[in-house]
Amino acid sequence: MQKIGVFVCWCGSNIAATVDVKKVADVLRLEPGVVISENYQYMCSENGQALIRNAIKEHGLTGVVVCSCSPRMHEATFRKTCESAGLNPYMVEIANIREQCSWIHKDIEEATEKAIVLGRSAIAKLKLNAPLTAGESAVIKRALVIGGGIAGIQSALDIAEAGYEVDIVETSPTIGGNMAKLDKTFPTLDCAACILTPKMVDCAQNEKIDIMTFSEIESVKGFVGNFKVQIRRKARFVDEKKCTGCGVCMQKCPSKKGLNDFNMGLNKRPAIYIPFAQAIPNVAIIDPEQCLKLKNGKCGLCAMNCQVNAIDYTQKDEIIEREYGAIVVATGYKPISLENFNEFGYSSYPDVVTSLELERLMNAAGPTDGHLVRPSDHKEPKVITFIQCVGSRDTSGCGKPYCSKICCMYTAKHAMLIREKYPNTEVHVFYIDVRTPGKNYDEFFRRAVEQYGVDYIKGMVGKVYEENGKLMVQGSDLINNEQVVIPSDLVVLAAAIEPNPSVRNIATMVTASIDTNNFLTEAHAKLRPVESPTAGIFLSGVCQGPKDIPETVSQASACAAKVVGLLSKDKLKCNACVSHSDEMLCTGCSVCANVCPYGAITYVDKEFRIGGGKTETRRVASVNEAVCQGCGACTVACPSGAMDLKGFSNKQIMAEVDAICKR
Amino acid sequence: MEKKEQVELIKERSGTDVRKCMKCGKCSGRCPAYADMDIKPHQFVTYIEKGEIDKLLSSKSLYTCLSCFACVERCPRGVAPANVIEAVRQEVIRQQGGNKVPAETVPQMIDETIPQQLLVSMFRKLNK
Amino acid sequence: MKFSYYPGCTLKTKAKDLDLYGRKCLEKLGVDFEEIKEWQCCGAVYPVSRDEVATKLSAVRTLASAKAEDGKLLTLCSACHHVLKRVNDDMKNDANIRLKANNYLALEEAYEGETDVIHYLELLRDYVGFDKLKAAVVNPLKGQKIGAYYGCLLLRPSQTLAFDNPENPSIIEDFITAIGATPVKYAFRNECCGAYVSATNKEIAVKKSSKVMDSAKNAGAEKIVTACPLCMYNLTENGNSDVPVYYFTELLAEALGVKE
Repeated sequence: MQKIGVFVCWCGSNIAATVDVKKVADVLRLEPGVVISENYQYMCSENGQALIRNAIKEHGLTGVVVCSCSPRMHEATFRKTCESAGLNPYMVEIANIREQCSWIHKDIEEATEKAIVLGRSAIAKLKLNAPLTAGESAVIKRALVIGGGIAGIQSALDIAEAGYEVDIVETSPTIGGNMAKLDKTFPTLDCAACILTPKMVDCAQNEKIDIMTFSEIESVKGFVGNFKVQIRRKARFVDEKKCTGCGVCMQKCPSKKGLNDFNMGLNKRPAIYIPFAQAIPNVAIIDPEQCLKLKNGKCGLCAMNCQVNAIDYTQKDEIIEREYGAIVVATGYKPISLENFNEFGYSSYPDVVTSLELERLMNAAGPTDGHLVRPSDHKEPKVITFIQCVGSRDTSGCGKPYCSKICCMYTAKHAMLIREKYPNTEVHVFYIDVRTPGKNYDEFFRRAVEQYGVDYIKGMVGKVYEENGKLMVQGSDLINNEQVVIPSDLVVLAAAIEPNPSVRNIATMVTASIDTNNFLTEAHAKLRPVESPTAGIFLSGVCQGPKDIPETVSQASACAAKVVGLLSKDKLKCNACVSHSDEMLCTGCSVCANVCPYGAITYVDKEFRIGGGKTETRRVASVNEAVCQGCGACTVACPSGAMDLKGFSNKQIMAEVDAICKR
Repeated sequence: MEKKEQVELIKERSGTDVRKCMKCGKCSGRCPAYADMDIKPHQFVTYIEKGEIDKLLSSKSLYTCLSCFACVERCPRGVAPANVIEAVRQEVIRQQGGNKVPAETVPQMIDETIPQQLLVSMFRKLNK
Repeated sequence: MKFSYYPGCTLKTKAKDLDLYGRKCLEKLGVDFEEIKEWQCCGAVYPVSRDEVATKLSAVRTLASAKAEDGKLLTLCSACHHVLKRVNDDMKNDANIRLKANNYLALEEAYEGETDVIHYLELLRDYVGFDKLKAAVVNPLKGQKIGAYYGCLLLRPSQTLAFDNPENPSIIEDFITAIGATPVKYAFRNECCGAYVSATNKEIAVKKSSKVMDSAKNAGAEKIVTACPLCMYNLTENGNSDVPVYYFTELLAEALGVKE
């Protein structure tokens, strides 16, 4: 018979205001096997933990039930407490009477009754617990960074700086991401290229960093410390090792009508191209949809003119496999499609552009060499109207319910830069709210108004239409309670941003959780903001939520610190709650191996005695305990009930259910 | 009837949640009848939110709103200002003597061109 | 499949052309249709107030009649389409209205929004197909620059009407292309003509309709097509323009060679 101690936590008023904690302790004290039952204000405090430790020693407890917050919060804490008093940590059960009880109930009587039931259920499970010992696994000292924008670059540089090898896998032909497209950056207005390209070069030159551009993650297997990742290196039809980036091929290519993605489609590029002058790697790539040679076999001019024979029309996608200890997701964002916002005329009028397009129109390396002109007729706009919150804070189903966070600042930046460079240009900004928290941010916005005379109009635009060659911007001026119509030459839409759509697929592969807006979920919104709930998966940049460059860089470095912390360990303690197969029940059907996300289950042929001195050989499942993460998928899938999870056995779970149902 | 109840009734009748409004003014930015309204579409929403209906009940906008649903279509928060205006209009025309079009004026309106649709619409909108 | 055709009041009186040419073209295109027997007025405006049930009943009767056939209700007038489509949506999604309407009507079988409400233009796009329509054209309206006028009722609220992109629609332009003419897109093609307010406040209707007509003319439209008798009335009576307005079915009949 176990000797069980029950410890009921008040959590200040978090639990005690809705649950009669003394009554819970008193009732649970009467349960068979319970030898001590106490309540205390903060069980996780030093004094609270001492209470548990002393009780273990004094009463010779063999098991402990803590009625407190979610096990996600403090299970580890209480396990450690018990371990230090000589109790096996797996002889601790948590009854969650906070998140699942006090926080969701108002009626004290009801909540108290439920807390008692939850406590009983934990006791019932604990009675079937057995001491478990966790194994150990080695850590592969190499990190993978998915995404080569500023977030991925910063994380990779910091990990490499700490001495670990790191690979950057980027889907586009160059690293640099969205930041490489920007003109200037707020709030200090330094040029994006000037501060980003040196970092890109650092990545290329760092011998610890391996950059794989134009590559995609194909599959991810394994677990924290031991990931096996397949990477598809897509055919670029140019040998990366040979190409010197001289650019002769680009000049010779006769097929020059491809849309230049880097310039947001605002100008054309040849079929063979280097995305931009400072691209890393500085290597050409062929667009097979556009290349005459690849499409109909006629041409081959680039190959003829290449001095180093780098062109390879026969190149195929290649899949390589690498092993990593940690994975950083840094897949970034893109502006949303504006098809649901035709009232702003984006698809009807060429002079209605997005903010990212404006960046290219203002960038010295952009399609207009930095001369701000209208896309339609290449004339300088005299009146420019900005519309903020296009698709942000939209719960109608057309846009995104969240605030994209970066638009207020970059719009102020655009307005200011335009007024600085073209002082005769009139600039209007329609805004719903101007949100500029951050160091020197509100000052920055106010400068746009006070120093540069940008006209901020509180209200939203209802319609943009063309009349006599002008874009008529019709909107509300809520301060003056008027409907205004501003004849403009250029209209700039601050389109909402959304996570890069590829992140869904990646999240599935690495089993990271994702929210309804496709942002990756952090392990704890406040205390573990750069980790995914899945061990070994880390979050860097906008894939976790909208953020600007300073914030992205801070998070990327924080993420690297977490990665380094993991990679610096030689061994990781495995999960003790692993599954195991009852060989007498196993029929060798393979269902468990098929559902296992970690590849932990293999099959072996084993000889079994069947009586009468005879034996038979059967195929049975065998679990690699170092690989099993205890997710329990196999126990659910197993048709014969042979698979069971230590610490969460079917019997234990049934005992919990019985305890809840018993009145 | 208590004013409070009257406001609740109007809210219910409108079928829209005025609290969802984030005060962006897009409804009024889109409204084609804006110039002919004394109280603007966004104000209908905010007045109802605050429980102030006196001004709304006597507003000229009740009869200049075109029911074109542009505000409903474009609200980023799924609020329907036109439904609020309609709910207030119903509040007025359902009162004794609230009809806006005296029956005896109709014969003068009818001519060679006027479609039935217009007359029926007018009655449905302005009379009970 | 047989379409249950609902002409509506105005198509029997002031908008006879809309109806007449519409029928002729359906016959020419081999669409099987039959006018709903003993139909009633749809009510002309959709009763927006959530507490209005009685004013929706005639629309429910029409919807239920179509359900008794092949469940495809064909509309032509924009206003009728708007009312029937929205009432149908209520019968599908608003339990309160569904319950009360059914209690009152006591139909043999309760009506729960089963009928598809299909506008004539949707029929051309989704059932006939603009490609097939183009092939059936014997008298293409070559060189004619035609502006499509959508107005409000076919497009909004798009969540319920689901007719076309509410701010950049293209179905009528595609129709114009199919009959061999050149569509002219203009900014005010989805703006209100002044609607029923023209009866009590002509000034507003003049402002709104003129704006639409000017917008179309400036964009180069030589003709305008509409599907709505009230829009037709406002644009011609209050639009102050020399650009003629036609029902789209009239031009369709011309293109198909069935216009007398």
